[in-house]
Amino acid sequence: MNASVKPAKLIKGQTGDWEVVIGLEVHAQVTSKSKLFSGASTEFGGEPNSHVSLVDAAMPGMLPVINEECVRQAVRTGLGLNAKINLRSVFDRKNYFYADSPQGYQISQYKSPVVGEGEVVVELGGGHTVTVGIERLHLEQDAGKLLHDQSPTMSCVDLNRCGVALMEIVSRPDIRDAEQAKAYVAKLRSILRYLGTCDGDMEKGSLRADVNVSVRKPGGPLGTRCEIKNMNSINFIGQAIEYEARRQIEIIEDGGIIEQETRLFDPDKVETRSMRSKEEAHDYRYFPDPDLLPLEFTQSYVDELRSQLPELPDQKKARFIGGFGLSPYDAGVLVAERESADFYEAVLAGLADKARDGKLAANWVINELFGRLNKEGRDIAASPVSAAQLAAIVDLIGEATISGKIAKDLFEIVWTEGGDPRALVEARGMKQVTDLGAIEKVIDDIIAANPDKVAQAKAKPQLAGWFVGQVMKSSGGKANPQAVNDLLKAKLGI
Amino acid sequence: MSVDAATVRRIAHLARIAVTEAEVPHLQGELNAMLAFVEQLSEVNVEGVEPMTSVTPMAMKKRGDVVNDGEIADDVVKNAPETQNHFFLVPKVVE
Amino acid sequence: MTDLTSMTIAEARTGLARKSFTALELTDAHLAAMEAARSLNAFVLETPDQARAMAGAVDAKIAKGEGGPLAGIPLGIKDLFATRDVRTTACSKILGNFVPPYESTVTSQLWRDGAVMLGKLNNDEFAMGSSNETSCFGPVVNPWRREGSNTALVPGGSSGGSASAVAALLCMGATATDTGGSIRQPAAFTATVGVKPTYGRCSRWGIVAFASSLDQAGPIARTNRDAAILLRSMAGHDPKDTTSVDRAVPDYEAAIGKSVKGMKIGIPREYRLDGMPAEIEKLWSEGAAWLKAAGAELVDVSLPHTKYALPAYYIVAPAEASSNLARYDGVRYGLRVPGRSIGELYENTRAAGFGDEVRRRVMIGTYVLSAGYYDAYYLRAQKVRTLIKRDFEECFASGVNAILTPATPSAAFGVGEKGGADPIEMYLNDIFTVTVNMAGLPGIAVPAGKDEQGLPLGLQLIGRPFDEETLFSLGEVVEQAAGRFTPPNWWGAKA
Ligand SMILES: [Mg+2]
Ligand SMILES: [Zn+2]
Repeated sequence: MNASVKPAKLIKGQTGDWEVVIGLEVHAQVTSKSKLFSGASTEFGGEPNSHVSLVDAAMPGMLPVINEECVRQAVRTGLGLNAKINLRSVFDRKNYFYADSPQGYQISQYKSPVVGEGEVVVELGGGHTVTVGIERLHLEQDAGKLLHDQSPTMSCVDLNRCGVALMEIVSRPDIRDAEQAKAYVAKLRSILRYLGTCDGDMEKGSLRADVNVSVRKPGGPLGTRCEIKNMNSINFIGQAIEYEARRQIEIIEDGGIIEQETRLFDPDKVETRSMRSKEEAHDYRYFPDPDLLPLEFTQSYVDELRSQLPELPDQKKARFIGGFGLSPYDAGVLVAERESADFYEAVLAGLADKARDGKLAANWVINELFGRLNKEGRDIAASPVSAAQLAAIVDLIGEATISGKIAKDLFEIVWTEGGDPRALVEARGMKQVTDLGAIEKVIDDIIAANPDKVAQAKAKPQLAGWFVGQVMKSSGGKANPQAVNDLLKAKLGI
Repeated sequence: MSVDAATVRRIAHLARIAVTEAEVPHLQGELNAMLAFVEQLSEVNVEGVEPMTSVTPMAMKKRGDVVNDGEIADDVVKNAPETQNHFFLVPKVVE
Repeated sequence: MTDLTSMTIAEARTGLARKSFTALELTDAHLAAMEAARSLNAFVLETPDQARAMAGAVDAKIAKGEGGPLAGIPLGIKDLFATRDVRTTACSKILGNFVPPYESTVTSQLWRDGAVMLGKLNNDEFAMGSSNETSCFGPVVNPWRREGSNTALVPGGSSGGSASAVAALLCMGATATDTGGSIRQPAAFTATVGVKPTYGRCSRWGIVAFASSLDQAGPIARTNRDAAILLRSMAGHDPKDTTSVDRAVPDYEAAIGKSVKGMKIGIPREYRLDGMPAEIEKLWSEGAAWLKAAGAELVDVSLPHTKYALPAYYIVAPAEASSNLARYDGVRYGLRVPGRSIGELYENTRAAGFGDEVRRRVMIGTYVLSAGYYDAYYLRAQKVRTLIKRDFEECFASGVNAILTPATPSAAFGVGEKGGADPIEMYLNDIFTVTVNMAGLPGIAVPAGKDEQGLPLGLQLIGRPFDEETLFSLGEVVEQAAGRFTPPNWWGAKA
């Protein structure tokens, strides 16, 4: 990894450079139908207190019963993070009073989490990577929701989200700047989405991050950290870190000290501020939940899950590079989102000759399709050109039935009108001209009409390109470019 | 170990039980009596002893991932002191 | 109708089957007895309409030959069990007029088997107490009195209402719960039979939690046979309680009258306390002699960590309680005392809603779990618990079938007599019973005699995990030898 480690971005202060040290706690909602300890639905939204069982509402005498799917998903996620899976873990109660916590405690895992240490390799720009250590992953209950805008004096409590399973994924403080932090969350999100263990929908709060930020002189002792709570956008995470690091540096350089505290990010003002209401010291009084037994499973259960794991972005990327000669950058673009990778895989599946045209297909997916989707602000799921259609277009180029230029016209037709690309090429006469006699005639006419250009080209062979353009133009783009090149070279004697 | 008055107040606050100044000395005495009583445990040699986590040794059974509960908002808020449109109401929480 | 209330469950079952009387008649007789006994304060809620409706429905079923094992048997339910559409308070002000939209698993199994609910029984607030004096509905009075005295005595606790009502013939049996002795100690104080089953034998779902790792439901009845009949209906695996055990429920009644010949009965030397009253000593050796006469072999055994059970209990139970009772916050149900902020609302509500004993235990529990103290208190107590359990395991591994001990260090005491100045004085009541909860074992308290003042005393038998049957067989031997004890009715003429 060392060869490609990118030096962390340092921040210039009045007293010299500062290094930022960042660790993240990501809360990822487990993909499951029902809650971690009750049979109520995890569906987003819903009428107030509708997806709530008597267990979620913490009625007297109610007891938690664990959802096996949530355990399975946590283990799968741990495997996806190359982490140690603990065959025995314990659920603890984290005791605190808050209006969104009906039990008066959150069932979480404290001393013995279900997943131990792992690591994630995060790609940065310029082919650099950084390896972020994972400290642990544990299962816990989500809290309910408070609404403050319904009444001037009261807050409304809705427990629909209360008890939904979360995976808290805690990183080591291995992250050194905002870019790395953003890339880490994006990578984590991608892995979770490949695994299908979390939908990664940050707008709906399925993925939230608490970010611990401290600053120090490069190589110096760690500074005091502040925790910025509950961010649900990758961009906010970046902005919050930039702001927070500068804030801390200014304080220290002004002779102040950083107080360990919890802060909130205000996206409108692009600044962090102290959460005064949570100022009082916490004492969570963790102890093993006596309503639950230790969570235990066998190694063969874990092995079975491992064997059924889907291909993850890193593996997929390596396969794209090795199998089809994609550049690491292109392969990275394709695997970043599960949907893009799936689309590209579908195009590959539709190709007549994957080995020959796999790389060409990647170019078309990235440049033509993604470019166009981006321009129109469309999602890949809503692409008017299907993977099969795109594969057919690439096939036509690869087998030299159409030129790349004609292919762009064809793509446009398929995008707007739809239809079978091969049939369209046939019906609209878009086939490439490979009849050497016809091409030769066109070349002869152009040479005859432009003696000055001929002389220039003989002196400077690069200028032959002008002739290629003329030939292609007068053939309506259908002349086979290779044939045109060969003939021109012979005729011009270059 | 014994608790002082400040600790009594801190514990009462952690437990979210309002305690008047007049009650503190009395509570302090009671808590200290209890702590003195349990103090004898310190003479037990517990080295290498696993703490009990489940008194009946058995595997934890797990539920299938089925939605078979909820959609009973009426029951959920039926006993609540203050509600509005099936929400529980609490004094405004400042975050 | 008087004799209808003095029958055992087994006798009533026969009478109902023979159509000597109807379930409704049986229920009415008990409702009348309850009305006449209100001065005992055993019931905190009478549900006569529901009782008569249930009895009527059972009569219809009996007529069709569909009556269950408890068809028509009128029972009282400790107010710790959630009963659908019937106020459930755990005898705490903090639950106010809580009316659960659900029924506890244990009670629903009783109704499944045809039992009739007479009402909700008094208990110590959140089951925290050993005299039933911490209830927000006031103390329960024991139907037993010292000879020649009118002093009101406690029935023990926390299932004081259950014990008092069963002893006073107000119901044929009752549900109860036992966290440190709350079934066996009141049973001993009232000459009733109380069974604390193996942890996990009965579902805890729908029972207001005190200390989750110790709480266990069980019956209080007038005979071993009746207790066996009730336990069979109450026990069983419940998928809603992860700590309940998936294991077939035996026909406990079949153990009644079974020979105990050749059984090894352990007599633990650590239960012979300094200053133990002579009459308790005497009772204990008498009990041992009865078992020996029935063919059992007595062996001296040692349970070296016995003395640490009570202090460990007073860490583990309050710690769990402090967390279990955090849900009583004035937001979703129960009492609410307003405040300017949510924090004030919590503090006001919980200050007003919890009684002194509950507050004390919540606070000590909060303290022992708090930062810097967890290892010294809670963790250490749970390790001691492992040692206590190990003592029993080694004892049973040596071939001992059951252990015989006194149930309580004294007979019932007067209302207001104990614990006023020093809470520990009250806690010592559970000294013989609490080890059983700490180790998750089954225990039974059986009436065995009376003290010099004519008050009942009980013996306790402790069994191997899930071997309640042996306890019933041994309990029956004691019952046959000691006879049954019924208090003279001084509290009011029955209707
Ligand atoms: Mg955390
Ligand atoms: Zn968390």
